[in-house]
Amino acid sequence: MSTLKTLNGNQTIAEAVRQIDPDVLAAYPITPSTAIVETIAKFKADGLITGEFVCPESEHSAMSVCIGSASAGGRVMTATASQGLALMWEMLYIAAGLRLPIIAAIVNRSLSAPINIHGDHSDTMGARDAGWIQIYSENCQEAYDNFIQAFRIAEHLDVRTPTLVGLDGFIISHSMEVIQVEDDQIVKEFVGEYQPVYPLLDTSRKFTVGPIDFTDYYFEHKRNQIEGIENAPPVIEQVGKEFGEKFGRAYGFFEEYRMDDAETCIVVMSSAAGTCKDAIDELREEGKRIGLLKPRVFRPFPDKKIAEALKNMNAVAVLDRCSSPGAFGAPLFTEIRNALYDYDQRPKVVNYVYGLGGRDIRVEHFKEVAEELDKIAGTGKVEKIYSYVNLRE
Amino acid sequence: MAKLKDLAKMEDRLVAGHGMCLGCGIPLIFKVVLRATEDPLIIANATGCLEVCTTIFPRTAWNVTWIHSAFENAASTIAGVEAMYKALKRKGKIPKDKTIKFLGTAGDGGTYDIGLQALSGTMERGHDIVYLCYDNNAYANTGGQRSSATPLGASASTSPAGTQSPGKLQWRKDLTKILAAHNVPYVAQACPSRWQDLYNKAKKAFEIEGPAFLNVLCLCPTEWKYEESKGIELAKIAVDSCVWPLYEVENGKYKVNYKPKEKKPILEWIKPQGRFRHLFKEENAWVLEEFQKKVDEEWEELNRLASL
Repeated sequence: MSTLKTLNGNQTIAEAVRQIDPDVLAAYPITPSTAIVETIAKFKADGLITGEFVCPESEHSAMSVCIGSASAGGRVMTATASQGLALMWEMLYIAAGLRLPIIAAIVNRSLSAPINIHGDHSDTMGARDAGWIQIYSENCQEAYDNFIQAFRIAEHLDVRTPTLVGLDGFIISHSMEVIQVEDDQIVKEFVGEYQPVYPLLDTSRKFTVGPIDFTDYYFEHKRNQIEGIENAPPVIEQVGKEFGEKFGRAYGFFEEYRMDDAETCIVVMSSAAGTCKDAIDELREEGKRIGLLKPRVFRPFPDKKIAEALKNMNAVAVLDRCSSPGAFGAPLFTEIRNALYDYDQRPKVVNYVYGLGGRDIRVEHFKEVAEELDKIAGTGKVEKIYSYVNLRE
Repeated sequence: MAKLKDLAKMEDRLVAGHGMCLGCGIPLIFKVVLRATEDPLIIANATGCLEVCTTIFPRTAWNVTWIHSAFENAASTIAGVEAMYKALKRKGKIPKDKTIKFLGTAGDGGTYDIGLQALSGTMERGHDIVYLCYDNNAYANTGGQRSSATPLGASASTSPAGTQSPGKLQWRKDLTKILAAHNVPYVAQACPSRWQDLYNKAKKAFEIEGPAFLNVLCLCPTEWKYEESKGIELAKIAVDSCVWPLYEVENGKYKVNYKPKEKKPILEWIKPQGRFRHLFKEENAWVLEEFQKKVDEEWEELNRLASL
């Protein structure tokens, strides 16, 4: 039976883990994702999960254990954040290259230096070319829902691509929220039985995994890998729809908030989208025709769908909780502006970097952005393509 | 006691057609070790000579289930495979009476150096695996750079001998003892020149429950620069000079498996190898003295430990 529970973001992930009960869980504790690992350890200690729980000596080894376990032929997950994900970097590419549907809960946190434990998206954005599917969550409920869906998406035989679910460090991971926790058995049924593909543990067949490719095969194998993530959109769509039918909360590639007659739009992901919704409500009361587009799936990037949703805007502000030093804008901005390029009629698009190292973004900051969008929409002129929110300069 | 005749009849798990160098010690080691268990076997192999030379896609020289993921993580990778085996057995997805053995392997680069952390973690966690280091004293796959297993005075490409240097300046890391300090059930040092001893140790390693570690001296004519056909003779000298003593540590108890009747001077080990050629220059004489002194000290210490 579906129940309401008061949980923080880390606990919601752990709750989903308990319900799904993956075969192997291998994770190294790191702030702010530590409680996920601790809660799983306690579940194991209390016999609430039957999978094997491995505490490796580093995140590099955690992902290596996941790779060994997933290759062996079963359902595998990990959790980490920030430097932990950075230490996994090498292995992220290998997990994707070996087509292993490993699931990772990533509690988004800034990268050193300076060392900082608070939330931003530098960690997962830095891994955006690693070949993983990336799904971001606005709140605890979405973190729970996304995490459950991730298994279905990653393990789909047309996809077989590792998937990470992002939730903002502290803002979500440590904030209590009342969430709908679904029935254990129904969650299990929704996720389904794991179907191994070439499991090492089937020793009746002897085969070689991870051989060396020279110039003659590497390119084709990489192309095959890319096909996996390219096959993901219909699966993501189907799983999001089925989830809605089963649990009453449907998901797509992004959420549109008060976009029906909007002329300007703010694009922002994850927890900041919640604050942005409040700002939009207030601006709407003031008579502004502004909306929010909250991307949920960043990889594969839903370029056409987002472009269609934004093409008729006058001006769009893309907010990135991540910087890309020396680049022409931060990651979300470059994707969106690029997606709009082929449209004859397209909005002016500007980029704001916000919230690095957990810096607050409040309703008034979104209102400042909205004011700037009004100016751009009115004059058709962009003064600064790239700027910052709530930063002392 | 295994008979060579019987072992020869067993199916090869590493078959011909690989691209390892003439005289390479790796196939010698693996042909023996892979015969030491008849159970199904899964191998995780680090990036290195063995991996590169046996699995150039679309060919493979492995007649056994095998995986490679990266350089520094053969131990964590095989630990992951073993963890899944345990999980699926518990969940009834693998029959209770089915036994699979797990072997992680890397060279000295992937074990002494970049893979030490992953190996240490795997040993500490007690995974039921065997880890084999084929120690050829260098990063041989990439052209012979120094490793922490490279001997004192050896000229390696990142510790070259020169007018101001006698080659590598440091004594090698004593990895076998480091592994023994993990207090795992079984740790052993072996050499392919004594195949029976290597076989026995591998068999014990596979049979013992919990983690086991084998450090095996691996001939490398390419980097040691000696005549390929003389490999086994050279390996015998490594053992007889006590440069590479054969011993095991079973449940904390040291045992020396072979004591040479007459301990050979290290010069017999050093002379045939081009990597030590420069040590015979007058200014490098101290290296030879130091080398002999260290080998004597280590041998004495080993015997002391075995007498406890």
